[in-house]
Formats: sequence, structure tokens, C-alpha cells
Amino acid sequence: MEIFIVYKIILVLVVFAISLGVAAYSTYAERKVAAFMQDRVGPDRAGPFGLLQPLADGLKMFMKEEIIPSVSNKYLFILGPSLAMLTALMTGVVIPWGGDITIGNTTFPLQITDINIGILYIFGVVSFGVYGIMIGGWASNNKYSLLGALRASSQMISYEIAMGLAIVALVMTTGTLSLKEIVAQQGGTWVNFVYQPLGCLIFIICAFAETNRAPFDLPECETELVGGYHTEYSSMKLGFYLFAEYINMFISSAVIMTLYFGGYNLPFQDFLAQHLNGNVLSLFQFLFFFGKVLFGIFFFMWIRWTIPRFRYDQLMNLGWKILIPLAIFNILATGVMMFALGKV
Amino acid sequence: MYLSQYIFFFLSGLAIASALLMILDKNPVHSVLYLVVTFFAIAGHYLLLNAQFLAVVHIIVYAGAIMVLFLYVIMMLNLNKEIEPHKQQLPKVAAVVSACLLMLCLIAALKSAEVNMLPAARNSNIGLMDNLGKTLFKEYMLPFEVSSILFLSAMVGAVFLSKKEIH
Repeated sequence: MEIFIVYKIILVLVVFAISLGVAAYSTYAERKVAAFMQDRVGPDRAGPFGLLQPLADGLKMFMKEEIIPSVSNKYLFILGPSLAMLTALMTGVVIPWGGDITIGNTTFPLQITDINIGILYIFGVVSFGVYGIMIGGWASNNKYSLLGALRASSQMISYEIAMGLAIVALVMTTGTLSLKEIVAQQGGTWVNFVYQPLGCLIFIICAFAETNRAPFDLPECETELVGGYHTEYSSMKLGFYLFAEYINMFISSAVIMTLYFGGYNLPFQDFLAQHLNGNVLSLFQFLFFFGKVLFGIFFFMWIRWTIPRFRYDQLMNLGWKILIPLAIFNILATGVMMFALGKV
Repeated sequence: MYLSQYIFFFLSGLAIASALLMILDKNPVHSVLYLVVTFFAIAGHYLLLNAQFLAVVHIIVYAGAIMVLFLYVIMMLNLNKEIEPHKQQLPKVAAVVSACLLMLCLIAALKSAEVNMLPAARNSNIGLMDNLGKTLFKEYMLPFEVSSILFLSAMVGAVFLSKKEIH
């Protein structure tokens, strides 16, 4: 029992460290990708190829002066970025990062906890994520911050609905809410993307909106709102907001890959399982999954530097008049298909 | 005492304290945030009852609903203290008296109520999603569907009210 708890604590710390590490290097990757797409060099001063740039940035964030506006609500002002960071880090708990590892007679799953409502858990945490932005924006006592926060919350509430409806169709085909089982079902067969292409597309669009990434980055639209909800923030509190966005990107990429693109399953997994040690296979699975997740992050950046920002009314029209009806149609079509194929 | 009992008392204290703070705090935005804490404590109670699905749905629904409330507070209420109208004494006294009467009624009504559980609720796994879905769609099919029609009518009403006048 004790070894189990110790193992879970270690796993939590590892996932925590990986999330932070990936988020730190995402900031570097973002600049490099942007530079590549705009035919520039990008950061190349700190270390070889500028690889130490995230460290320099982090240090800079810590060394900056900490400013709390005198007219702001101090506790809520600090609570905002803390909540944003907390909710960003909480989602990684239910994601299966790889197969089981067996040492002696004990099996250690590479997933912190496999609750039978994993998808809903993610959904709950995501719907709570908007509070960090809203509280921070309101507590700043600044018009631009408040406008950014209002935009963020109305955007996230709107796109959550379409996201939930997209997941309903997925749950209809898989018959489970546990992420581990969803991944296991995709092993050796087609991935869920094949059965749910429309649902996957809706889910990805909503994931972009939920993470406030371009083309949905209106909450921090600098041409209209200075810095959006984090206008008044400085130092590491600003760092938390920016960092939370990159962690959210990492986690939502992991969720997309888990739900729709086969999770940690390797191609020809059954063949490999006969010839490889189980632990080695798990390691390969983890690396393969990690590679997919990194590609997902690259995809986020690719979109950001390709597509211009929506106007606000376009954003609302897309969410309410296109995505939600499409998602409902997807549910109906899935139901009809399942009935026609005799799977009900 | 078991660990779950400690957690129960902690969550109960948190729920009651934050519910009281929600009523007593003068600032409506703070009240909304205390309301969130209250709902989280209640979700914790659901978890203790082995009802994970209910707990998570509770958080999803109320986190979203309270967010809307938050927006209403900011947009509709005037948060300036100077403009706030001065309330008279008589309505306050009347409110306290009627609240006390309501509590009396509730206590009188609940005193003789038997603690009879629903037949399906004796099963400790009722809160898990499979059982909940089967119970809802088999034993309580009609009330479930009727309540969803209620929601639909509320939605139609909201759409109708927000629609601009057609001439």
C-alpha cells in the first residue's frame, strides 16, 4: 500500500515537471515556429540555438518588480493567476501517458488515476478554468482587463457547449467515459477519428477557443484591449497566466490525441508486444504518445501564425450558429449510424 | 473516527461557513465567489457518498451557471456604494420574521417525515454513472422527461424574451 502511494506521488511530480518543462519550451518553440513562418531567425542568443531562452525568460519574470495596483482587490488579484495555474495543472491527472510498467510482481500504470468519469473530470476542470481569468480581470479594476475577462468568459461558456456535444457523440460510440478504456479500445483497430471525424473537428476548434489561442485570442487582443485580462499584471503573476496558457495547450493536445488519435497505442502493437519486454513497450508507447502531443502543440502554433484573429461577432456566430447545430447533427448522425449497423 | 468522517465535518463546516459568508458579505462579487466554494463543498459530499458522476456534473453545471451569474452581477448591478438606495427598517424586520416562519414550517414538515430511502438508493453504487442512467431511464423515465420539457419551455421563454420586437 505504501509503495503504491509513494509511486503515485512520484508520478504526480513527474507529470507536474513534464507539464512545466513542455510549457517552458513551448514558449521557445512558439518563437522559433513564428520565426520560421515569417522567414526570420528567432531567438538565438542565449545558449546554442537560443535553447536557454526559456530559462532567461523565467529568470526575467522572477526579477521584475511585483506591482499590485492600489485600487485593485488584493486577494482576488493574487487568486486569479493562481487559479489559472491550478486548473491548468489539474487536468493531467486522468490522462493515460502509456501502458503499464511491471517491476517484480507489482504493476504500475502510467496514469495517475483512472476514474470512471475521466472525460467529465476534464470537462469540469476546464469549465472552472475560466474563473482564473474572470477573477483576475475583475480584480484588476481596469476597463481593458474587465473587457478581456468578459470576452474570455463568454467565449469559453459558448464553446464549452459545442465541446460537450462533440464528446457526447464520442461517448455514444465508445460506451465509456474512462480515458484508459477509450485508449484501449483504439488499440489494434481504427482510431476514433475515423468514426468521429466531424466530432473531432468540432472538438479541436473548441479546444482552440478554450485555450484562448489564435484565432480565438480575443481576450488578449492587443490592438483593442492593450493586454486583455492581464493588462495590470506584472512579474511572475503575468508569467503564471502566460504559462497556464501553454500548459493548457499541452494538456488539450494530449486530450485530443487520447480521445481521437489513439492515445499511446503504437502501430502494429500486438506484433511488437510478442517480441518486446512489456516495460520497453510501455516506454515506446510513452515516447510515441509524447511525440504525437508535441505535434499537436506544433499544430496549435501553426494555426496561430497562419490564420488571422476573428472579429467578436464572427466568433459568437461560429460558436452558436455553426458549431452547436453541427454538433447536434453529429449526435443524430452517430445515433442513426449505430442503429443502422446494429450496434445499439 | 475514520478519515471520511473528518472530511465530512470539514466539508460541512466549509459549506455552512461559505454559505453564511455569501449571504452576509456586502459585495455581490464576493458573494458569488463564496457561492462557488459552497457548491464545491457540496460536490465533495457527493464524492463521499460514492456519487462521482453527480459530483462532477454538479461542478460542471454550477461552475458554468455561477459564471453567468458573475457576469450578471458585473453587468446588471450597479456596484457603486453611493448610489445604493437606503433600505428602510420595516422590510428588514418583515424579512426576518417571514424567514423564521419559513424555517418553522420546514422543521414541522420534516420532523414527522420518515427517512425512507428510494428503493434503488439502498445500493451504495447508485451514484455511479451506469446505475444512475439505468435508474433514470427505466424507473423514473416519465419525471425525467417531464423535467427536460420544463427546461425546454424555460429556454423557449428566454429566447422569446430576448428577441427584438417584430412588427
